[in-house]
Amino acid sequence: MTALDERPVPGETLLQARGIVQEFPVRGAGGIKGGVVHAVSDVSFDVRAGETLGVVGETGSGKSTLARSVIQAPRPQAGEVLFRGTDLMRLGRRELVAARRHMQMVFQDPYGSLNPRWRVAELVEEPLVGYGVRGSAQREARVRDLLDLVGLDPSVYGRRRPHELSGGQCQRVAIARAIALHPALVICDEAVSSLDVLIQAQVLNLFERLRTELGLSYLFISHDLALVKQVSDRVAVMHLGQLAELGPAEALYRRPLHPYTAALLDSIPGLDPRTGRARRPRPLAGEPPSPLAPPSGCRFRTRCPLAVQRCAEEEPVLREHVPDHRVACHFPLDIPREP
Amino acid sequence: MRAHDDVLAGAGGVQESHFPALSGPESGFPELPADGETLLEVRDLRVRFSRRGRHVHAVNGLSYRLEAGRMLAIIGESGSGKSVSSRALMGLLPSTATVTGSARFAGTELVGMTEAQMRRRRGADIAMVFQDPTRSLNPTMRIGTQVVEAVRAHADLDRRAARRRAVELLSLVRMPVPEQRFGEYPHQLSGGMRQRVMIAIALAGEPRLLIADEATTALDVTTQAQIMELLVELQHRLGMAVILISHDLGLAASYAQDVLVMYAGRGVEHAAAETLFAHVRMPYTRALLGAIPLLEREPHTLLPVVPGQPPDLSALPAGCPFAPRCASADEQCAVDPPLTEHEPGHRWACWHPVPDAPAPDAASGDRS
Repeated sequence: MTALDERPVPGETLLQARGIVQEFPVRGAGGIKGGVVHAVSDVSFDVRAGETLGVVGETGSGKSTLARSVIQAPRPQAGEVLFRGTDLMRLGRRELVAARRHMQMVFQDPYGSLNPRWRVAELVEEPLVGYGVRGSAQREARVRDLLDLVGLDPSVYGRRRPHELSGGQCQRVAIARAIALHPALVICDEAVSSLDVLIQAQVLNLFERLRTELGLSYLFISHDLALVKQVSDRVAVMHLGQLAELGPAEALYRRPLHPYTAALLDSIPGLDPRTGRARRPRPLAGEPPSPLAPPSGCRFRTRCPLAVQRCAEEEPVLREHVPDHRVACHFPLDIPREP
Repeated sequence: MRAHDDVLAGAGGVQESHFPALSGPESGFPELPADGETLLEVRDLRVRFSRRGRHVHAVNGLSYRLEAGRMLAIIGESGSGKSVSSRALMGLLPSTATVTGSARFAGTELVGMTEAQMRRRRGADIAMVFQDPTRSLNPTMRIGTQVVEAVRAHADLDRRAARRRAVELLSLVRMPVPEQRFGEYPHQLSGGMRQRVMIAIALAGEPRLLIADEATTALDVTTQAQIMELLVELQHRLGMAVILISHDLGLAASYAQDVLVMYAGRGVEHAAAETLFAHVRMPYTRALLGAIPLLEREPHTLLPVVPGQPPDLSALPAGCPFAPRCASADEQCAVDPPLTEHEPGHRWACWHPVPDAPAPDAASGDRS
């Protein structure tokens, strides 16, 4: 494990996920016919040290399942998850627990992820105790540092309990817990989605500051495309358990290659902050297909305005269309300009 | 400049579709009357929740006017009073709430109505659609039965006529194959389809005002766009006014004719949507605009930060409620600025309004 304890060098590949498959059998409960939910189907991606990889997708696209597959909760059915060269899929329970200190998660509901009976200082101390940081004075000093770092005055907030905090303050406590053990990777699953916009901006800026100050990498999962663009170096677009597109944030938003990415971008109501002009969405027709029975071929073809017969017969593979920009579509939207 | 400017260029700030022929539904509707009759006039509306001697002042002197057939977006963060003020119109607040002030709907005073009077009008005058369609629908009843029930609550129809009307309503909300969907249960439908059922139920009484309380917030962006197009279509086809309660400024700017921004239970800025967003005056609105993640910004842009938290509604300080977080606040802000029409059709509540930006590029400090 010593290799994992060293700080990653910027640019090194921190996480390599290869062919992750996560499927859940469902019984007849709730009136749904029995079957298998194809939550994540053969997904591969990398996270480089110091970068933020954003993952966007709609409800049921498998983005949260993908995040949980990375930390092996639960273990994927197939695939490899290499964290700095170590395959997490092959680790035993104890080794996995040890490896997890290097990758932490921040969830959507800040109240739900904090024990309501504990005080803020205890909450932040817990991971330190759990991973054997010795000396209560040392731990207390670290807790004070961490609370300072996330912008909570330890003398004011240290003794409070979660219900005495606002949503934004709770999320700061959750972030302090996540970074307590110097992780290399922080996985944010809709981490700012429940916050009001002004508080959300504060927490987003905090994520940015921690990234530069602590050299963190993020896997940033959200349904909000604009939000993901704001924080990400590269963006992966998930659709029904598969990656539709993966590329540099600027390029992906400026010239999306996959019709699904384009449709998502067209669906966002927007506003130009400089002119105050609205950008009226252009809705995509049709209903998202069920993950219990994904369509044959391309899973987006039932809603795709460009679909042809080939899309039903042949499943498109994710391939590099332009350097560093991959798309899973037989007919990528645009031929990009020369660099 | 550079990168995102070719997104903004082209259709004059309006993003072009990435598809060659995806029909834009915004065309083909008649223009709205510029100066219609007043449908709803809210004056000095106040709502106070009292519990064990503690008072929470959720709405503090809200006043606005809504013309027939228009869509008004009420924008605000959690606790701004946007939902509470709208529920007050419907008489949907718990018994701990005290409502004062006036809300006249087509000349009839709503504040102070008895529950029996309110029941008769609810759904027929004003109907409401909520955020979570799963919780609003009965999971054990077929959706058709639930729509029929709503139809028969408003009109004295026999079973067959009510069923016919229910199918009509389901087609009106663009439910595909409504006769077939009629016998399905809520769990068999997607979130978007459930919200369509809720809208069909809301339309059963042919309301003149539909309040959509974060009705698309729980939906995916693609579904949200479909439901919003439906609301706009219904607004035009039925001549129905809509109050769109949302925290999403982009949504308000894209669909509503008028926008009212609320903070700490009061209106702080109110104008036609284009006017408001092109000439933001209230520093709070400016702060909201600065803080929303936008496709137009480049990655890793730090957002301008507004310090602090929204005020405690049980102990509101005197003066402007936004002053403690406002960069332009001074002694004058200890006196509460009223929501006044300073420019034609543009009301704001601020002593230090934001001036128009001199040049479009220097205006927004959103570049890092």
